[in-house]
Amino acid sequence: MLNNEYVLEMIDIVKDFPGVRALNKAQLKLRPGTVHALMGENGAGKSTLMKCLFGIYIEDEGEIFLDGKKIHFNNPKQALESGVSMVHQELNQVKETRVMDNIWLGRFPAKGLLVDHKKMYKDTKAILDDLGISIDPKEKVEDIPLSECQMLEIAKAVSYDAKIIVMDEPTSSLTEREVDHLFRIINRLRDKGCAIVYISHKMEEILAISDEVTIMRDGQWVATHFAKDLTTEKIINLMVGRDLTDRFPPKTNTPGDIILDVQDLTTYYAPQVQSASFYLRKGEVLGIAGLVGSRRTELVEALFGVRKKASGTILFHGKQIQNKYPREAIKNGFALLTEDRRKSGIFGVLSIRFNAKIANIKSYTNSLGLLKRKKITKDVKWVIDSMRVKTPSEKTQIRSLSGGNQQKVILGRWLLTEPEILLLDEPTRGIDVGAKYEIYQLIGDLANRDKGVIVISSEMPELIGITDRILVMSNGKVAGIVDTKTTSQEEIMTLAAKYL
Amino acid sequence: MEKKNSIGQFMFNNAIYFVLVAIIGFIIFMDDSFVSPRNLQFILTQASTRLILAIGVAGLLILAGTDLSVGRMVGLSAVVTASLLQASDYARRIYPELPSGPLMIVVTLIIVVIIVGMLSAVNGVIIAKFNVTPFIATLGMQLVIYGINSLYFDAVGGSPIAGLDPMYTKFAQGSIALTEEFQLSYLVIYATIVTFVMWVIWNKTKLGKNMFAVGGNREAAEVSGVNVGKTIIMISIIAGMLYGFAGFLELARTGSATNNFGNGYELDAIAACVVGGVSFNGGVGSIGGIITGVLIFQVINYGFAYINISPYIQYIIKGLIIIIAVAIDTQKYVKKK
Repeated sequence: MLNNEYVLEMIDIVKDFPGVRALNKAQLKLRPGTVHALMGENGAGKSTLMKCLFGIYIEDEGEIFLDGKKIHFNNPKQALESGVSMVHQELNQVKETRVMDNIWLGRFPAKGLLVDHKKMYKDTKAILDDLGISIDPKEKVEDIPLSECQMLEIAKAVSYDAKIIVMDEPTSSLTEREVDHLFRIINRLRDKGCAIVYISHKMEEILAISDEVTIMRDGQWVATHFAKDLTTEKIINLMVGRDLTDRFPPKTNTPGDIILDVQDLTTYYAPQVQSASFYLRKGEVLGIAGLVGSRRTELVEALFGVRKKASGTILFHGKQIQNKYPREAIKNGFALLTEDRRKSGIFGVLSIRFNAKIANIKSYTNSLGLLKRKKITKDVKWVIDSMRVKTPSEKTQIRSLSGGNQQKVILGRWLLTEPEILLLDEPTRGIDVGAKYEIYQLIGDLANRDKGVIVISSEMPELIGITDRILVMSNGKVAGIVDTKTTSQEEIMTLAAKYL
Repeated sequence: MEKKNSIGQFMFNNAIYFVLVAIIGFIIFMDDSFVSPRNLQFILTQASTRLILAIGVAGLLILAGTDLSVGRMVGLSAVVTASLLQASDYARRIYPELPSGPLMIVVTLIIVVIIVGMLSAVNGVIIAKFNVTPFIATLGMQLVIYGINSLYFDAVGGSPIAGLDPMYTKFAQGSIALTEEFQLSYLVIYATIVTFVMWVIWNKTKLGKNMFAVGGNREAAEVSGVNVGKTIIMISIIAGMLYGFAGFLELARTGSATNNFGNGYELDAIAACVVGGVSFNGGVGSIGGIITGVLIFQVINYGFAYINISPYIQYIIKGLIIIIAVAIDTQKYVKKK
């Protein structure tokens, strides 16, 4: 099945950023007609390597051969013209313009001086039809759902007729059904002789779709194996460079009395949560599962007062509370770790110190209204030590830390407010395997200290690994609440599809 | 979503057009003699150069930029034009040996359009290649251009440059009598041509589409193979050419120029754009909206004077319209939670 010739060879690539060596003799050898998974923890250099290939970054050392010829791209345009296209990790779309404008951006078909809109429409329709994607080419991108935006990006990358397609975490916002669809598209591309570089954190996906796997660590090449010779455990071992026999820490918490009782909670604006009822006990970890768009985030946002409630009651220690605004929720002892860390979690250009203290600023003011420096210093030190944040200093800009360390600072920020209920929305998204384990430990510690913890996650093994019960959302409704010990992935999936 | 087709939503999405209609309605209500071909002619004529400037700066706003140097570029264009196009029989001619006549008018127009186009290109290069925020880049260039213009103005005598060639004045200020009462001024024709050409560039060419893409999501444009720097510089050059043309035309109206000519024009132009729905965050804007924005201010200027409303009250109304228009516009994009 596999040819011996490589369509792409990247050899001894070195890339330095101020203060960090992001790539240190990284390499990748790609055969035509294969799917090649590129794996590694966050910060291992996968995306950086691909950005060097695509001309977004210029490598400092090393050689790139395309079809045996030495090449060097100065910008993405040259890469695209040479048959290399890329599905980017962040969705790169111009939301204000139409689907077809996005697909043909950078290569609009022209008739003389003018853009040929008819051809654009026809060709877009053909591409989308061919891939079985039902979106109107004239629809504005801002009006289509997130998962379809992602399919659109894939369609765009495919439409370049490239011989190499790089897909950087293409499934991060896709539903299970769309992932199947994507895999059918990938298989077809592979049959056509296309080589695909597939970057993902989802082990199950990797083993299902790829022919070969290259593993990177700390900017270096570690190993390349055939996928059939690998297992999840082997990959993790290679990625972290140590044995990680258990992906989850042992559970030691014992749930106590009911602390939070939510009845018939319905939100005001679409997308709506409809009559959600559930309870949470002291020292319990409650998972929330569901497909993308099942409104898990909306549920915790309503609890925290970010989202307006239409009806329903929240009993906290048996007493009714409103939580109309986040500041009221914080006062009541709630904390929310948001899903999109960069957008609503960190203050990127500000220091770790600032990021750690900000939610608790009220308790640092003295009688003159000034901040108590010593107390802040003590608390920030506690955050860095107890959360095991790896950083040169508390003055470091938080955006220069890895995702996992950023998340630990944010978690520490909320612990400083001494919450009783923690709402964690995708706490391990985009975090490497080692840091994930640490976050799991922290969640376990919180439960041991009698906090109530609600964890939203799209990774089923994670929910089963760390929770006591799992609430399954389906299309805005609670489809069921299951005991983690007795449930299965199949049961959760069935519930998740209940109201579709 | 379900509200999409209701009348309320329609009015909300097109609020700016209703504002224009309401203002005109109010003026007519106060004095129905306002409806006359003469008044229409005045408003359109006065709006012409402002429209050209507004469309120029709008391109930069759509790129998520701005331009604070518009007025000074208009001023430079006017001063250079004035110094080159004085009447041959004018006693205090700056360049007595210069020829005059139609060819000289065309040559002068080309000269000022090129000079200002190149200065605006410098803006573009500073923004695109040195990554200086457009606000800062054009703030700096504004001072530089004013300095250059003042040096030239001083060198050619330092007093208001007047005595313009009547043929030039006619070229810019003349009109065609369509009916006995309605004169179609050349200015309106020039503005119409510019508007049409710009509409085609914005909507039918790669450059226009790239402009919306770069303004909407610069990174997406970059990774899709769009030459972002070139797009910014090209749009800057076009803007500069329009400023140069507008300065050339505007001079004929005032009859003389000093180095202070054009001061503050950028704020009128930007105000007309944002009222007309051009987003300050980039990526959004339409020629139709800009025309409406320019007309709103012109109708207020002319119409409120016509019904004897104090200019001070006009300021208050204009200020409120800017704020309310943008507030309404922003509501379309705010996600309700």
